[in-house]
Amino acid sequence: MASTTAEPRRPAVGPARRPGFVGWFDPRGRRLGGIAFLVNRITGIGLVVYLYLHLVILALLAQGPTAWDTFIEVALSPPFLALDVILLAGILIHGLNGIRVGLVGLGLVASRQRALFVALMAIAALVALAGGLRIFTAG
Amino acid sequence: MTETAPALRTTRFVVSRRKEGDDPGALRYDTYDVAVGPRTTILDALVAIRRHLDPGLTFRHSCFHASCGTCGMRVDGREGLACVTPVPSGAEVVVEPLANLPVVSDLVVDMEVFYEAFDEAGRPLVRASESVPGSTPAEGIEELERYEDCIECGICLSACPVAGSDPRYVGPAALAAAWRVVEEPRGRDPGPVVRLMDDEQAAWRCHLAWECSEACPSGVDPATAIMRIRRSAASARARRLFSFGGTR
Ligand code: HEM
Ligand code: SF4
Ligand code: FES
Repeated sequence: MASTTAEPRRPAVGPARRPGFVGWFDPRGRRLGGIAFLVNRITGIGLVVYLYLHLVILALLAQGPTAWDTFIEVALSPPFLALDVILLAGILIHGLNGIRVGLVGLGLVASRQRALFVALMAIAALVALAGGLRIFTAG
Repeated sequence: MTETAPALRTTRFVVSRRKEGDDPGALRYDTYDVAVGPRTTILDALVAIRRHLDPGLTFRHSCFHASCGTCGMRVDGREGLACVTPVPSGAEVVVEPLANLPVVSDLVVDMEVFYEAFDEAGRPLVRASESVPGSTPAEGIEELERYEDCIECGICLSACPVAGSDPRYVGPAALAAAWRVVEEPRGRDPGPVVRLMDDEQAAWRCHLAWECSEACPSGVDPATAIMRIRRSAASARARRLFSFGGTR
């Protein structure tokens, strides 16, 4: 017979999509294009955060050569280089997906969004891989 | 000839039971164990629940064959018409009302705002350009009419992540209907419809998640229609821009 759960229950699969802000970031039930939208938003916000941090760090230059050299030492450590690879991947994913949004969004290639996304993300993966190798092996 | 009915299995249905006015953050589900066969649909199971377990469960249906568009709901988080959605093979299935529309009771949502959005497009219903392909009308019938594909089920609106975050967005179905007016004006001037849809809360609100077109049970492909409206709107704007101040 029916059993009532008054407590908010989180079902094992596909619960209610949340309304509002949190709903944007809920990947459940999403298909490829929905994931593309989500990833574009996350990388876009990530890039804004990076830009801000970048400017903050550049402000170190105003504190003279010692502060800057200490930072550069940290920046060349492997964990920091890994962040560089993540940044590169983020730029590639966001920028290449942006090309998809531009082409499809203006009705230029109206119904090929899936194929475009897959192809552009394959390019992103290859370039990120190559760039990652270079970042860790160069210098 | 004797036919043996296929063996039944028991599936646990976890069904949303929210009512109008409930706190939107408070989820409430009831569970029902239902015997299902390989061809049992979600709607079959809901009817069985209402008949045998809980007469108070509310849901909407009419035709039972994907034509009336009243039984749209979410099954394990994905939108579908309950009447043609088979019960998934897992031990448990979660059934919820469409998202992005106010819940009236259990699986019934208030479709008013959804229907109203069609009015702006002028609600095209019958396709003048096509009769049913290869059909021969029965005796006494002069011609078969071809209806538009959209059955106004609301599934696309539920699947759309933008509609989920901004209730002002006109939504995929109304935009698809507007595009049909442009494609086939049926004696009207499509210009005003394009101008109406050339708006930040209409064609330009879409972020190309393409969920509407993937979810639509009727092959309408609203996302592509939205992109076509954009192209029409953009070229109309370009024409206005370049004719401005030009020789007359
Ligand atoms: C590499 C070149 C870039 C291209 C081609 C590009 C393209 C785009 C496009 C087309 C959109 C709209 C997506 C949509 O409608 O859903 C977008 C959104 C956005 N972009 Fe970029 N972008 C680029 C670089 C950047 C950079 C460097 C930043 C940060 C500093 C950035 C931050 C954002 C943000 C925050 C959004 C909003 C995301 C959203 O509303 O979901 N983008 N970008
Ligand atoms: S466009 Fe498709 S999903 Fe949207 S209301 Fe019409 S039939 Fe339903
Ligand atoms: S009952 Fe008519 S579409 Fe499902």
